[in-house]
Amino acid sequence: MATLNILIAVCLGYVAMLFAVAFMAERAALRGRGNWLRSPWIYTLSLSIYCTAWTFYGAVGYAARSGLEFLTIYLGPTLIMVGWWWALRKMVRIGRTQRITSVADLISSRYGKSGVLAVCVTLLAVVGITPYISLQLQSVTLSFSSFAVSDAEGAELIATYDTALWVAVGLALFTILFGTRNLDANERHHGVVMAIAVEAVVKLFALIAVGVFVVWGLAGGVGPMMERIDASQIGQWQVDGGRWVGLTLLSAAAFLTLPRMFQVLVVENEDEGHLRTAAWAFPTYLMLMSLFVVPIAVIGLELMPPGSNPDQFVLTVPLSQGRDGLAMLSFLGGFSSATSMVIVAAIALATMVSNHIVMPIFLRLTQGGASGPSDVRHVVILARRMSIGVVLALGYLYYKVSGGGTALAAIGLVSFAGLAQLLPAMIGGIFWRGATRNGALAGLLVGFAIWAWSLLLPQFGGGALSPGVMEQGPWGIAWLRPEAMFGIEGVDPLLHAALWSLSLNALVFVVVSLISFPSPLERLQGAQFVNIFEHSSNPQSWSGGIAQSEDLMIMAQRILGPAEAQSFFQTEAARQGLAGYLPEPTPDFLARLERELSGAVGGATAHAMVAQIMGAATVSVEDLLAVADETAQMMEYSSQLEAKSSELTRTARQLRAANEKLTQLSVQKDAFLSQISHELRTPMTSIRAFSEILRDADGLQSKDLTRYASIIHAEAIRLTRLLDDLLDLSVLENGQVSLNIREGLLSDVISHSIAATGTDMHALRVRRVGPASEVMLNTDLDRLAQVFINLIANAQKYCDADRPELTIEVNRRGGRIIVDFIDNGSGIPPESQSMVFEKFYRVADRQAGGAGLGLAICREIMARLGGTLGYLPGQGGGAFRVSLPAAQRMAAR
Amino acid sequence: MKDKSIPLFLERRSYRQRRLMDAARLLPLLGALLWMVPLLWPRTQTVQSADAAAVSTSSAILYMFAVWIFLALAALFLSVMLDTKAEAQDSRDD
Amino acid sequence: MSKRVLIIEDEPNIIEAISFILSRDGWHVDSHSNGHDAVSVVRARAPDLVILDVMLPGRSGYEILTDLRAQPETRDLPVLMLTARGQARDRELAERAGASRFMTKPFSNADVIEALNALVAR
Repeated sequence: MATLNILIAVCLGYVAMLFAVAFMAERAALRGRGNWLRSPWIYTLSLSIYCTAWTFYGAVGYAARSGLEFLTIYLGPTLIMVGWWWALRKMVRIGRTQRITSVADLISSRYGKSGVLAVCVTLLAVVGITPYISLQLQSVTLSFSSFAVSDAEGAELIATYDTALWVAVGLALFTILFGTRNLDANERHHGVVMAIAVEAVVKLFALIAVGVFVVWGLAGGVGPMMERIDASQIGQWQVDGGRWVGLTLLSAAAFLTLPRMFQVLVVENEDEGHLRTAAWAFPTYLMLMSLFVVPIAVIGLELMPPGSNPDQFVLTVPLSQGRDGLAMLSFLGGFSSATSMVIVAAIALATMVSNHIVMPIFLRLTQGGASGPSDVRHVVILARRMSIGVVLALGYLYYKVSGGGTALAAIGLVSFAGLAQLLPAMIGGIFWRGATRNGALAGLLVGFAIWAWSLLLPQFGGGALSPGVMEQGPWGIAWLRPEAMFGIEGVDPLLHAALWSLSLNALVFVVVSLISFPSPLERLQGAQFVNIFEHSSNPQSWSGGIAQSEDLMIMAQRILGPAEAQSFFQTEAARQGLAGYLPEPTPDFLARLERELSGAVGGATAHAMVAQIMGAATVSVEDLLAVADETAQMMEYSSQLEAKSSELTRTARQLRAANEKLTQLSVQKDAFLSQISHELRTPMTSIRAFSEILRDADGLQSKDLTRYASIIHAEAIRLTRLLDDLLDLSVLENGQVSLNIREGLLSDVISHSIAATGTDMHALRVRRVGPASEVMLNTDLDRLAQVFINLIANAQKYCDADRPELTIEVNRRGGRIIVDFIDNGSGIPPESQSMVFEKFYRVADRQAGGAGLGLAICREIMARLGGTLGYLPGQGGGAFRVSLPAAQRMAAR
Repeated sequence: MKDKSIPLFLERRSYRQRRLMDAARLLPLLGALLWMVPLLWPRTQTVQSADAAAVSTSSAILYMFAVWIFLALAALFLSVMLDTKAEAQDSRDD
Repeated sequence: MSKRVLIIEDEPNIIEAISFILSRDGWHVDSHSNGHDAVSVVRARAPDLVILDVMLPGRSGYEILTDLRAQPETRDLPVLMLTARGQARDRELAERAGASRFMTKPFSNADVIEALNALVAR
């Protein structure tokens, strides 16, 4: 029989037909005539890649071994689809608005575009999916050999040529051709989707055809079929409750997390409305796919010799009945299941590998190089193609190494359990804002480790883990035994592994999320994902140009502050030769803006903000503004805190100063009182002593009488003067003095003062110099004269030169009139210069008389007149400077 | 009263939409519940006495597929009835 | 033989008044008006009694008295302190420095004579 040759020919023809379908679909899409490509039916059919060769062949084998348990693999996805309103709707919306390219991209984007997380998910997916791909290769190979059993020549052919290799190469070729034809920003592949839709129809049709043949052709109708089912070895309900629930949950989780399912569900989704159709149509598809599984298994068990592989019943039952055509159709159905799964899985994995592993490395390596955008595109496509090759090569290698011995269903479930580890991070990410990157990472690693240890490694048999480890645990630690962790024994290994890995994964995810703190970008993304329906009812792209600039400006104002942002934008606009505040969003300008912003919010956030306004409709402006506001508030708050603390420091300093001043004042007050007491008591002592002498002593000579009386008189005058000075000072200091403002010539005031001190009777010679003494003043002339008199009198008293001389020099400087009183004595020693204006201070001993209040009073008077009085060091003698505001003078004459 | 019938109608309509959303959320839970009923069935391994026979596979198939068809029809009904525009209000209301 | 008293005081009028009163009472009166060299003057003239003002140019009466008390030949010398600052603190300072007697200005002439006589009688 030339069955095998025909088979190969049909197979090649079928593949050629797929190529043609894919090619036409691509062309139609390119020409914009692909509306029929975007129908919800195509979408629903593309979801059928969930039903792989494992379903097509394996389900029957599964049913033959364990009865209805195989149904669980379909129950999970059915529930997820029926419950699309919960999770799928949200995932699709997120995927579309955030331009998600893969499941790794979804998780990494949600957690602040974390590169580490993306790499982890990618690696987990590659490890989890590789056995699955090898499973498909194995099923195609097995189906070939099922045909070959009846054909000696064919058996030889199978032995000579490595079927799995050829299948792998062929699939790689197809995938590369249609999976990487172009770099669509949305990662959609119309050709591939169309081809798998066709394959979906083929496999459903094939399985139903075999089913119809079995039920009506062999069993003789539904009634007899049911009787034969009940009479068979799987005729009674025998499913373990734990596995029933566990597998349903596992398949539901895998339906969401499998990279190929994510690819068709979310990435290839053209329209959210398609979910409505798929919500009921896909469950129907699954129902039809499993409708005839049990009948085929039961008839297979009856007809086929004991020991034949139940996984191949779909093929061997028609073959055994001589229905080669039906067998051929059935083979094509299985072939379709295998190829469509491999193609989509390879595309999904290649996208992840190239986007999250190859490209980051490439970009880092060529950081310095001037590679333009077209270069990068080229590299991406190349990376994508090589990744597809690598993924398929890995699948083939795994097939070769494992020897293809294990039952198909078992590998499928191991893979499911591995990918299900993504579930906590994924579901937590889209429903819980508190989920953090660290939580996702920790949960993922824990789940992955337990899965690998308790489920993946034991699959390899004695090669990976020795029987000793399986029996006693590693290093004899019993509670780490792969199939009885934490001492729980006797549970189904799959259930055991799934239970521990998923529950610990979720626990660690939640706990770490609760205790860690997310970055701003993470929080932004978290809000975006969880509240996706609130900001993105209408995914749209930004209209370019000025509108974007304005958005950028609004954002920049929130972060930099209005003044700074406006001047920055104005400068940038001017640089581009534009008037106003809004420059074109050129790359140059954006780079500078990003730098400007990164000063305030950090580089990564600035990049994300600018990129999100410029790049795509990923985030609404309101959200960016919210983050910007939050940042600004935080910055303002911290600067307020800073200001407050510096204000507190300042206040404390002021308080300390005030306290010191108060202490000083108190000391000064004591000293002042003490001084006044002394100044009053001293003359009083003389007066009392002499008055007692005069009273008590008889027989005093009249000369003595006169003398003592005149001492009493002089001391009384001294007391009076002291009291006058004190009153004067008190009035001046309290500001209660009433000034008698008059007009007069400065030179007159000086002359009057000199005359009043009676210098002509003293040795002191007064010299008047300076051009400006003919100045009209408008001030209290008497008070000013009082100051001058005091200064001249001081010179009389204290100038210790042999021929004392006082120079009075008048100058105008700026808006002020300067009158200097400089004598030729030894002056005031530096340590006393700051003290001479203090009350009761006397440089020399008190022989000179006076209470030491003169200069203090003068300084107060000058302050009242709006001027100053100071000591002028470095003049070769005692020197005082009186400065008056010229504003009070009339025009100079 | 009659001129108020239009707002009343709209109110009622959005109310109906919200209850449909509730139904869409509850449907998978109902499905899970129905499909977990087999957990209560006696299994071959657990049946000891002759009078309490295990459930036959044919009746199990009938039950499972009946639920399946019911779920698909219910989903069809809901997806037709649910208004697209109502989605936007979804997360804010109720 | 009349007792010798030394007045250390910077107000000439007060010196004259005290001198007059004491001379009439039979004292031999001597005076000095500067704080700087007051201690050496006391040692040089070796009076029977000293009248010491507190506020002196150059040095305060307290310092002078402390110095006097630190030296053996003047340790027991009777010293009458005069101050014009009549606060409790001043009296305390004077006693601590070792004043034999403390009087506040202005004083009654009779009191001074009585105080001096009491001091030399001890």
